[in-house]
Amino acid sequence: MSDIKIKITDRDGVLHEIDAPTDMNMNLMEIVRSYELAPEGTIGICGGMAMCASCQCYVVSDHQLPEMSDDEDAMLAEAFHVKDNSRLGCQIQMTEDLEGLEVELAPES
Amino acid sequence: MIKTDILIIGAGPTGLFTVFEAGLLQLKCHLIDALPQPGGQCSEIYPKKPIYDIPGFPEVLAGDLVNNLMEQIKAFQPGFTLGERANTIEKLEDGTFLVTTNKGTQHNAPIVAIAGGLGSFEPRKPLINNLKAFEDKGVAYFIKNPEIYRDKKVLIAGGGDSALDWSIFLADVASEVTLVHRRNEFRGALDSVEKVQALKDLGKINLITPAEVTELKGTDKLHAVLIQKSGDKEEQIIKEVDEFIPLFGLSPKLGPIADWGLEIEKNAIKVNTFDYQTNIPGIYAIGDVNTYPGKLKLILCGFHEATLMCQSAYQRIYPDKKYVMKYTTVGGVSGFDGSKKQAPKAVVKTIE
Repeated sequence: MSDIKIKITDRDGVLHEIDAPTDMNMNLMEIVRSYELAPEGTIGICGGMAMCASCQCYVVSDHQLPEMSDDEDAMLAEAFHVKDNSRLGCQIQMTEDLEGLEVELAPES
Repeated sequence: MIKTDILIIGAGPTGLFTVFEAGLLQLKCHLIDALPQPGGQCSEIYPKKPIYDIPGFPEVLAGDLVNNLMEQIKAFQPGFTLGERANTIEKLEDGTFLVTTNKGTQHNAPIVAIAGGLGSFEPRKPLINNLKAFEDKGVAYFIKNPEIYRDKKVLIAGGGDSALDWSIFLADVASEVTLVHRRNEFRGALDSVEKVQALKDLGKINLITPAEVTELKGTDKLHAVLIQKSGDKEEQIIKEVDEFIPLFGLSPKLGPIADWGLEIEKNAIKVNTFDYQTNIPGIYAIGDVNTYPGKLKLILCGFHEATLMCQSAYQRIYPDKKYVMKYTTVGGVSGFDGSKKQAPKAVVKTIE
């Protein structure tokens, strides 16, 4: 088993330190759903196609993240509450490089 | 008033397939959907994306799946109330239900099947403080009748296909079209992007990027907007406009269904796994909108739920009739339009 520890601050400001598996082909949005850190139906609406921005988060730690695809970039250009460190959780795959990742979930919109 | 046997709320894949299963039982269906076209998320969010787990289809585009379902149910002549949201439900004295939409269209049926997915799609509204005060007073999130923009000064915000397409369309109708987007880049069909470029060069579309509308001005009607331009040259522009149309896509909300007295858990409707009935007898919930232990939000599960639900609905409508399920290969498919599909008969002939 290769789990990494990541910190996720939910939409109510509560910090969760959780174990995220790196061998299950999971992305950050799916990790949030599996731990039910945001109500079902308010996150991952498009299922992870970078087409709804319901999994937008702010990346607080300075990890090297995978480069943004055109789809993700364009979706964030139309989303709300966007900051410079905004990413879509569904586009961030859990890998061992992300040990210690810290993110905040963006407000629901 | 529209009368039918099964009133289906939601015209996504699950709702559409319900028409087929109901049709095999000679039950008529009518569908209500808030979107202007059938197909639900498959048409609205990802028509060009492939799906790999529809049994018998190694790969099918979401849009094609919807087209196939429409073809499959055609003979059962479903009715549609599109572009309207089911708002209220009332149980009448005879035990049937009366469902009224936001536009006042009334539907009456003994069975209601909620196949509403994640809810009805509502426009995503930009975060502008006094936006609400100007709704229908110069601010609209949908373009229903383009004629009302004739000879008006129109400002469209957004960077997707609908923002591009409406800017192009209104360039010939409105006296002035301004398109505001947070980026210089647009995400849309190449053809639309090029057309906007051409119209901009002709001076028919006024393009302001990268920029955002941050404030609305006016007393009882919209008069002007404040545009914050970012990038190399930061500045604030006050632009006189008659109409402001923010087009930032749609997001699903469970909406009025949440107030129908149904048991809700995790933004979904609780059902039993015997016939997918809710806590209100006669009202069923199928597909992504329901929840039960072990629920998976898959199209194929929605198809299964729709099938069992129709059997139960038949029993409710005709409690005294005897019925056994018949394979379509054996019984064929008899449409309400008089069409009949059936397996070719074997020939009995001597070979000499």
